[in-house]
Amino acid sequence: MANLVEIRNVSKVYERGKQKVEVLHHIELDIAKGDFLALMGPSGSGKTTLLNLIGGLDSPTDGSISVGGERIDRLGEGALAKWRSEHVGFIFQFYNLLPMLSAQKNVELPLLLTNLSAAQRRKNASIALQLVGLAERAAHKPTELSGGQQQRVAIARAIVSDPDLLVCDEPTGDLDRQSAEDVLGLLQTLNREHGKTIIMVTHDPKAAEYASHTLHLDKGTLVEQQGLRAEG
Amino acid sequence: MKFLIGLATFIVVIVGVVVFLVSPWPGLLLLALVLGLWMSLTRRGQQAASVTAIGVSTLRERLGSSAVIVVGIAGVVAVLVAMLAMANGYRETLRRTGGEDTAIVLRGASASEVSSVLGHDAAVVIAQAPGIARDEQGRPIASPELVVAANLPMKGGNPEEDFGSVQLRGIGEMAWKLRTNAKIVEGRRFTPGLRELVAGRGAQRQFDGLEVDHEIKLGNQTWKIVGIFESNDAMESELWGDADVVGPTYRPNGANSSTSVFARLTGPEAFEPFKAALVSDPRLQVDVETTVDYFSKQSEGTSKVITAIGIVVGAIMAIGAVFGALNTMFAAVATRAREIATLRAIGFRGVPVVIAIMLETMLLALVGGVLGGLVAWLVFNGYTASTLAAGTTGQLTFQFNVAPSVLWTGLKWALAIGFIGGLYPALRAARLPVTTALREL
Repeated sequence: MANLVEIRNVSKVYERGKQKVEVLHHIELDIAKGDFLALMGPSGSGKTTLLNLIGGLDSPTDGSISVGGERIDRLGEGALAKWRSEHVGFIFQFYNLLPMLSAQKNVELPLLLTNLSAAQRRKNASIALQLVGLAERAAHKPTELSGGQQQRVAIARAIVSDPDLLVCDEPTGDLDRQSAEDVLGLLQTLNREHGKTIIMVTHDPKAAEYASHTLHLDKGTLVEQQGLRAEG
Repeated sequence: MKFLIGLATFIVVIVGVVVFLVSPWPGLLLLALVLGLWMSLTRRGQQAASVTAIGVSTLRERLGSSAVIVVGIAGVVAVLVAMLAMANGYRETLRRTGGEDTAIVLRGASASEVSSVLGHDAAVVIAQAPGIARDEQGRPIASPELVVAANLPMKGGNPEEDFGSVQLRGIGEMAWKLRTNAKIVEGRRFTPGLRELVAGRGAQRQFDGLEVDHEIKLGNQTWKIVGIFESNDAMESELWGDADVVGPTYRPNGANSSTSVFARLTGPEAFEPFKAALVSDPRLQVDVETTVDYFSKQSEGTSKVITAIGIVVGAIMAIGAVFGALNTMFAAVATRAREIATLRAIGFRGVPVVIAIMLETMLLALVGGVLGGLVAWLVFNGYTASTLAAGTTGQLTFQFNVAPSVLWTGLKWALAIGFIGGLYPALRAARLPVTTALREL
């Protein structure tokens, strides 16, 4: 299968005062379209940084990142924002829903960046909520939903604009076991039945089992791979 | 480099705010229209509108911190509007005193009536000048008048110590025909030749003993108050008596002289020929002005001082309010850092975020401005005050005038405070790397 993500010789260095900290060190990685990849590693290993680079939230210090054939490391801030809105869905550990908006309105948020009419936005958001099994909770605000339900709303928000890639940063890190399994099952369904490419950062080996591949990072270097090309 | 960018931003902001404050309303309406069009027609504008709507919808949940901005700015606007209303009321009172069709003649190079002296012969020559309207008996409506300063005890003060200066105007019969707006509302007019006075309503409010049938001491003489008049202008702050009695009392060596001659003209167009005739007359050395020009000039200095004080006090308070708004909005932005970062992560750009935060702050500022203006209007509009009038000797009574133009200035100040208070938190929210902001809280 063709690669959706191609990472070549990527390094990321942060400057903390006069000190330079290399968080990622010459990463080489290909991720096939339709893959479900788990990124594991100890705290500070660079997995969230790598996820942010792939999701276009940050830019590498060196190297190149292509997603869907587009060199996102060359995009400016505005173009990168536009690219994210069209190609990436984000799922965060703490859901990051806007507390004053209903589930429906939260899901509609990414569609505000499109040319869809209000009616079409409502319709698409309803479909996405239906897909995650929360159609009947559309009018509820995040505080009126359980953690698992909130994360499912966040997943609906991530998929509502039909992106190619879902990036998930510890999506089950704040959930109980049952809710975590529900969310992971949902991600698996999105991967298998809807062809979404998913990259998930997790500390939890059980969560990683839902992925088709797992990569381990340590001190900014890929140390292990299962079925993927990874050098670094 | 960061310092230079910060400094440049600060200078641009200050210049922008000054331009905003001095811009006429059509310019600002155009600006609002352009912003509205941008927000409804462009992609980024629509993003800004969406983010603004989200922020505004959370205001109720942040009522306490939002109230800090509203109340702070309301205080600034209330004080500023009150000061400007004072200056405006003072200016308006003096402006109302004059008209385009009445003229005042003073000795050449006199700054005001009290520093002018015109002899009896000069007054007679002036009354014969062309362009002066005539009464039903064909007499020119020209009034030689004598203005002197007198001291009277202030109302509510110690009658032995607290004296204020009142302007005593000696007038003739023609003064009543010249000032048709002056109406006796209590008692009667003074009788020529007697030590009788009529007091303006404003003077009555300020000074003790100005009641009909009361006697007062002026110039070592006893005078009887026989009437109260209203004229709705600066004249209301004066006492009027017969010029032929006031003159000998205050100027025994120049009893027939006057300080000014007022004339009613046949119309505004008669002023230039009237002036030309007097200025070219070799027997006279006089300055001729319409009364509207004269009283406007008299009020200019004082109203400028009051306006300047208002702006300085307002500016000091505004600086405080800006910091209040900055503090509140920085706190609001910090509280919502993750929300803003989430919006940016899913594709909202920096500019819409900046615009949205600024619009939110300016909306709060607008509410504060309206509130402050309303308070100033309720408390101060029509409030009577008195001051020493520049160029005259008497205490001038006037009313605060919270005119629409004054309220508009207050609103512009409120919006400017909101603009500055929202800009820096907005820039911070937009500049903070998304990945950093996502980790906050």
